[in-house]
Amino acid sequence: MHKDLREYIIQLFGKGHRLDGRSPLDYRKPIELKVGIIPTAEGSAQVKIGDTEVIAGVKMELGTPYPDTPDQGGIIIGAELLPLSNPDFEAGPPQIQSIELARLVDRGIRESEAIDVKELCIEPGKKVWNIIVDICTINDAGNLLDASALATIAAIMNTRFPKYENDVIDYKVKTDAKINVKEKPITVTIYKVGDFFFVNPDTDEEKVYDARLTVTTLSNDSLCSLQKGGNYPLTVEDIDKMISIAIEKARELREYLK
Amino acid sequence: MTYEQRKNNRGFDETRPIEAKVGVIKRADGSAYFRIGNTAAYAAVYGPRNLHPKFLQDPARGILRCNYNMMPFSGSGERVRPGGNRRSKEISLVTEKSLLPVLELGEYPNSVVDVFIELPQTEAGSRCAGICAASMALADAGLIMKDLVTAVSVGKVGDKIVVDLDGEEEHFEEGSTDIPIAYLPNLDKITLLQMDGQITKDELLKAIEMGKAACKKIYEIQKAALKEKYVIEDA
Repeated sequence: MHKDLREYIIQLFGKGHRLDGRSPLDYRKPIELKVGIIPTAEGSAQVKIGDTEVIAGVKMELGTPYPDTPDQGGIIIGAELLPLSNPDFEAGPPQIQSIELARLVDRGIRESEAIDVKELCIEPGKKVWNIIVDICTINDAGNLLDASALATIAAIMNTRFPKYENDVIDYKVKTDAKINVKEKPITVTIYKVGDFFFVNPDTDEEKVYDARLTVTTLSNDSLCSLQKGGNYPLTVEDIDKMISIAIEKARELREYLK
Repeated sequence: MTYEQRKNNRGFDETRPIEAKVGVIKRADGSAYFRIGNTAAYAAVYGPRNLHPKFLQDPARGILRCNYNMMPFSGSGERVRPGGNRRSKEISLVTEKSLLPVLELGEYPNSVVDVFIELPQTEAGSRCAGICAASMALADAGLIMKDLVTAVSVGKVGDKIVVDLDGEEEHFEEGSTDIPIAYLPNLDKITLLQMDGQITKDELLKAIEMGKAACKKIYEIQKAALKEKYVIEDA
C-alpha cells in the first residue's frame, strides 16, 4: 500500500532520523497533562503528545456486584474514536480499533492492581461503586494508545467521589474522598519497521510499521500487560529490546503523573 | 414569581463568559472551540469530500451532514450512554438547518461537508454553543459563506426575559422557558427557533430582540477568533 513511504522511512531511520526530525526513541514534545478540566466528570484529564490530543473522563456509578465477586466494585473503560479527530473515523458503533484500544488501557490498569476493587464495595452482594472511564479522541496525529492510557490513569487519580446519601448520588456535589490509587501503570507501545525500533509514531509511521508491542509497566519496572500487534512476527531478541525500551520510556512518562 | 438576581451579578441581557478559538484540531479541514459558561463545544469540518455510497451524491450540489454528540461524562448528572439518542439526532437535524442557509453548496457538486460537534462539558445552551463552534469551523475550512451563524438561548425565568439561561435557570421552580435561536448577524435572519415552556407573543418578540443583540456580540467574538488565526504579519 505505502511501499515508497515505508522505504523512505526506513532509509531515514538508517541515518537515525525521522520525518519530523526526532530520534527514533523520542516522544513528541511538549507532552502536556492537565487534570480536572471537565467539571461535569468526577475526574478528568487531557493529554497532548505533540498534536495528538485525548480527553478521559470518569463517572462514578452505583451497581450490583457480580454473583461470583460479591465484594468487588468494577472498572469499566470505553473509548470513542470520534469522527471529529480523524477523517477516516466514522460515526456509529465502536469499531475493532476502539475496542482494542479500550481493552488494552483497561488491562494495563486492572492488572497493575492500582485499584483495590474491594474498596469500591458499599454493601457486599448488593451495592458497589463502578468506575467508568470514557476516552474521547480530539485529534489523532498518531499513537492514541499511549496518550489514552496516560489520560486514563491521570483521570482516575483526579477522581473525587460524588456525594452519596440514602442510596442516592448527588452528582452536583463532589466530596473530598478520592480513589485509592496504589500504582502508576504506564503503557508504552514500541514499533518495529525493517530492523528499526521506535516509539510514538506519527500518522505516516502508523501506516507502515511491521509489528508493535504494547507494554504496561509498574513503578518497579516489572510488567503487567502485553499485546503484540501488526502483521509481521517478532523474534525473542526483538521482544527483549522492545521491553527494555518500554521500561525506559515508561519511567519518563511516569514523571508526568506527579 | 419574581426572579430578582442572576448568579455572578449577571445582567438579564448578558451572556455567561465566552471563550472562542479556531484551528484547535489539526487533522480537520476546519475546526473551532466555543465555550459559554460551563458549556463547551468542539467542532470539526471535513470536506467538501467525496460522498460514499455514490447514490447519495447530488450532481447539482454538495450536501451538509451534521453530527451533534455529548461525550459520556459531559452531562450534569448520570453518564450519558455513548452512541447518540433521539435528542442528539434531533439536535443534529436542527443544527444542519441552522447552518445550511449561509453555505453555497452548489459550488461543491457530488460532495459532502461533514460537521462533527462534540461536547466535553455541558450546562444548558449546548446546541447553541455547537452551532457557534460549527460556523467558525466552516469558515476556518475556507467554505464559501454568506454570513457567520451565531446562536444563543433566550427565555423567561420567573417573570424576567433573559439571555443565555444557565443550568439552574432552566430548572427554575416557578416556571422557565427556554428558546434557543440562531441568527445571521449580517443578513438579519433567524435560522433556528425552538421553545420549551410557555410565553406570550409579545414576550417572545422581546426575547428574540434581546437574543439578536447578544448574537451581535457573539459575532464579534467569533470574528476576533478567526482573525487571530489568520493574522497577517507585517512584511
